Amino acid sequence: MTKSYSAHTLTNGLKILLKEIHTAPLISSWIWYRVGSRDEPSGRTGISHWCEHMQFKGTPQFPASLLDKAVSRDGGMWNAFTFLDWTAYLETMPADKIDLGLRLEADRMANSLFDEKEVASERTVIISEREGNENEPLFLLGEAIQQAAFRVHPYHHEVIGDLADLKSMSRDDLYNHYRAYYVPNNAVIGVAGDFKTDEMLTRIRELFEPIPAGPTPPHLARPEPQASGEHRLTVEGPGETTFIQVSYHAPAGSDPDFFSLNVLDSLLAGPSGLSIFGGGGLSNKTSRLYRALVEKELAVAVGGSTVTTLDPFLYSFTVTVHPIRKPEEVLSALDDEIRRIQDELVPVGEIARAIKQARALFAYHSENITSQASWLGHAEMFASYSWFLTYLDKLAQVTPADVQKAAQKYLRPRNRIVGTYIPTGKGEAA
Amino acid sequence: MKRVQHSAFSLQQSLPGPEDITRLTLPNGISVLARANFNSPSVVIGGYLSCGSLFDTDEKLGLADFTALSLMRGTETRDFQKIFDALESAGANLSLSAGAHTAGFTGRSLSEDLPLLLGLLEDVLRRPVFPVEQVERLRAQLLTGLAQRAQDTAAMASLTFDQIVFDGHPYARPDEGWPETIRAITRADLADFHRQKYGPRGMVLVVVGAVAPKIAVEQVTKALGDWTNPAQPEPPALPPLKPLKKTVTRKVKIPGKSQADLVIGTTGPYRKDPAYIAASLGNSALGQFGLGGRIGDMVREKSGLAYYAYSSLNAGIGPGSWDVSAGVNPGNVQKARDLICKEIALFAKKGVTSEELTDSQSNFIGRLPLSLESNAGVVNALLNIERYDLGLDYYRRYPDLVRAVTIEDVLAVARKYLHPDKLAIAIAGS
Repeated sequence: MTKSYSAHTLTNGLKILLKEIHTAPLISSWIWYRVGSRDEPSGRTGISHWCEHMQFKGTPQFPASLLDKAVSRDGGMWNAFTFLDWTAYLETMPADKIDLGLRLEADRMANSLFDEKEVASERTVIISEREGNENEPLFLLGEAIQQAAFRVHPYHHEVIGDLADLKSMSRDDLYNHYRAYYVPNNAVIGVAGDFKTDEMLTRIRELFEPIPAGPTPPHLARPEPQASGEHRLTVEGPGETTFIQVSYHAPAGSDPDFFSLNVLDSLLAGPSGLSIFGGGGLSNKTSRLYRALVEKELAVAVGGSTVTTLDPFLYSFTVTVHPIRKPEEVLSALDDEIRRIQDELVPVGEIARAIKQARALFAYHSENITSQASWLGHAEMFASYSWFLTYLDKLAQVTPADVQKAAQKYLRPRNRIVGTYIPTGKGEAA
Repeated sequence: MKRVQHSAFSLQQSLPGPEDITRLTLPNGISVLARANFNSPSVVIGGYLSCGSLFDTDEKLGLADFTALSLMRGTETRDFQKIFDALESAGANLSLSAGAHTAGFTGRSLSEDLPLLLGLLEDVLRRPVFPVEQVERLRAQLLTGLAQRAQDTAAMASLTFDQIVFDGHPYARPDEGWPETIRAITRADLADFHRQKYGPRGMVLVVVGAVAPKIAVEQVTKALGDWTNPAQPEPPALPPLKPLKKTVTRKVKIPGKSQADLVIGTTGPYRKDPAYIAASLGNSALGQFGLGGRIGDMVREKSGLAYYAYSSLNAGIGPGSWDVSAGVNPGNVQKARDLICKEIALFAKKGVTSEELTDSQSNFIGRLPLSLESNAGVVNALLNIERYDLGLDYYRRYPDLVRAVTIEDVLAVARKYLHPDKLAIAIAGS
């Protein structure tokens, strides 16, 4: 019932990927802009995410009060995400209602108002969002690590942005950012679900082709120089629980090494799922790090995360330290496991197991049209859709020697940042 | 303009109904429900047993949950690593935990591995051995989880809200217990709880995915059809709930947090209450529809006070709760509280407009295919049917049930439950 996909480009540069899936009366449409926190200079950190919020604040045709009601009334689900490299908007609707989603995306690609009053009200909403994040020890730790890992590259700040910038950016800053990056030649539409490709393409053309292309948007190009040594940092804050995050500079999503690293991650910390943020994986109780840290009662939880990014980003382990243990003991045991995978070839069977896990996760992902639609455009943000189509095959080609090589190349001390969240207790302020 | 309106489905066809749900009760009391979905080669199982925290004493609160979590730590024939090796090697998941009335389980696998999944479920339900070492390891993990809960402003506000609204009733108690009650539970307590309370009577098991229902039922029967426990007790009866006589406010201080969380509300209807759908539609208008209904509009959109603000209707076997949650800057707690109380009062006095009702009705009906798209979504639907005796044709009748609700129905149920002078108000933060 599932046809293969088709790709098209409009005269204004808008790329379109369509995939018919006739398993449920649903269509999921995603539009992706090549703009994220990597495009933000100091002083305007958080601007991409704030722009994303403003895209829900209305156009002359769809005022804010109509917009959200229209989608909900039709039984649709819509949302948006801002990441390091991209900003994405999605609507999943009953198949006969998707036209609304397409119309509103075409409209807000060019016509959002960025009303001064709405900007003011959204400023405090976003500051509140940041304050909510700051309640979480792992956000505070992750932010400190990102900043330490990237001195030059604009991956150095969190997507939410810094409070100083959230307080000072103006309506015009936001609007100019919107106009610079929200152009068809900087966007990809991916639609999957219960439609006929020719009809869908005609409709997208009708709605989006009249939008003129803009100047090629600027992207900051400031590669991070090679790290010259291990960074260690601590973050203190309320609580009773110690966390450790160990982050290694990692290859970009399109790098062939990414697949070796993915298998390495699966063996060390357990397989990750196929949601666009890596969630929905399996339990990891037989992974090497779980056995070395949790089963040995050095930690109560451990996880790993690879991230598909346009430029080299970070591969991270996060450990929740056992209440009676010291972070140094945990780190030493983690390093023993890393040394083991660097020194000894992993058995072929372990890789085969990781592939079977990946196949299962792929099947779970296919239950869901929204998830299938997401990958059409997502893969284009750091590679191309064929990256996703060949994902399982590429994983299956990874050999024990590849895993060893990736471990030796990336999991070196001088390539990493070790961060520890030190809890100051229940009663003290940070 | 031509619109994309092709669909191969009618809404009715895609919803579960009597002719595509298989349901039967095994001689030992287990109800089995199954529905096929061959769109993806995967399968999801879900279900519950009548052994929740209602059985727990105050001194050993958390025993039901601790027991459920311990089951997978070792059986007569498999140790912890062997259990998870079988699961994870197949890319499968299985987990258990307990709520007030039941211990629930959920799992997924490739459809070829359903016998493996059911075999493991059978083994952990019937032959757990609670290895001392594993129990202590799990205890440390639970205690760390509780230490993290104590630092989580949203979790603590919600827990405190339940303590106010369900004062004197078992629902006032957190199912996971408290650090001192988790410390008080012995290995023998876990083994005793399992031996006395676990049994097939009242158990429900749902299988949805790429397995023919006949085969699914055969596999369940093979795994669990001969399980008996003559000593299995009847579930404890619920005492009556004493309604609040006046507004009660309680604050939990969690120093060092950037954001405070509020939960404000009251009791709500049982799930089986005939007015449940009216309450649910009213709740949608109050704090769900679009970007959070009236609450989202007032607290987030108009006042810019919070990143999240919404209402929830939590209806189950016993009395439910109906509440509004928001996360705000500690300096804005008073302002947010006043705004929320005002909206609750207005809603209780005047109910909803006919436009609001129509919008939410349209949303409830329109979103059905999306909520029932994945295997997990259908498992939840079938569990609802079984738990609340809704009838196998419930989702087919649902659109009519929703359309039949009038604004008078919503007003009546709002007035019955929401008394602006008798609210529970819980605030957690610094």
